[in-house]
Amino acid sequence: MAVQINHTEHTDSETGKLGMWIFLFTELFLFGGLFLVYAVFRAKYSADFHTGAAELNAFIGTLNTVFLLVSSMTIAMSLTAIQKNKKNLALFLITVTIILAALFMMNKYFEWSHKFHYKLYPGSEVMRNLPHGEILFFGLYYMMTGLHAVHVLIGMILLSVTLFKVKTGKVSSSHFLLLENSALYWHLVDLIWIFIFPLLYLIT
Amino acid sequence: MKQDEVHISSFLSLGTVLAVLLLLTTISVLVTGWHLGPFTVAVALLIACVKAATVIIHFMHMKFESLLLKLMVSGVFLLFALVIVITFIDYLLR
Repeated sequence: MAVQINHTEHTDSETGKLGMWIFLFTELFLFGGLFLVYAVFRAKYSADFHTGAAELNAFIGTLNTVFLLVSSMTIAMSLTAIQKNKKNLALFLITVTIILAALFMMNKYFEWSHKFHYKLYPGSEVMRNLPHGEILFFGLYYMMTGLHAVHVLIGMILLSVTLFKVKTGKVSSSHFLLLENSALYWHLVDLIWIFIFPLLYLIT
Repeated sequence: MKQDEVHISSFLSLGTVLAVLLLLTTISVLVTGWHLGPFTVAVALLIACVKAATVIIHFMHMKFESLLLKLMVSGVFLLFALVIVITFIDYLLR
């Protein structure tokens, strides 16, 4: 006697989201370690960190904060849109998020190339002659903003994949776990910047 | 799969959250100019924590997640806070 077997795609959004959060915890401790190093050296070389932070462009930092905050809202809105079955609106909002991420990276490019122009980068002659605390400050600055920028790039790739899947209908009002998890990742990128911004750019 | 039961955040509420976050950013930038001395770091970090909590609760939908996830997230942040406190106890008292 033949047995009818129905192969249905099994999805479990609750577990999928739990897995994403566990991954986000590891990210939190990756950056958390850097924040801890920053905090201890800042306590030890407060005057040098003060001078170092004054060199950073607070305007670009603020502008990038605004870009990330707005992009965090647009990706959260895209989830609402897909849940309400508004596919085109969701596509539009994800695209806006990716554009804002690109603007963030463009700012970062100008910011870094300005410093590279003055030969201020790890290992350069200029940086080696700085006071010890300032070397640590700029080392941490490049490490933290660099690692964060890598996350922005990964986020852009992830969001592009999600955009494609929304377009093809793989992500829809009944299956939106991928969009939900991509959004969670993007919010984490925003979350980390919320701490990097005041610690590096504002406290002068 | 219980995606039918999920809470859907309204566009208006997400917009309001953004407005609050931008307001906090403005305060954070303005406070820098006040020269509060050692309190500058404390104020900046306090505002950053409020912003982070806002993002987690509203944008990351923590408000509407299961109790398990809520406990896990708060537990991990508590652990991280402990790591910071213990490191500083070690650093300051050695």
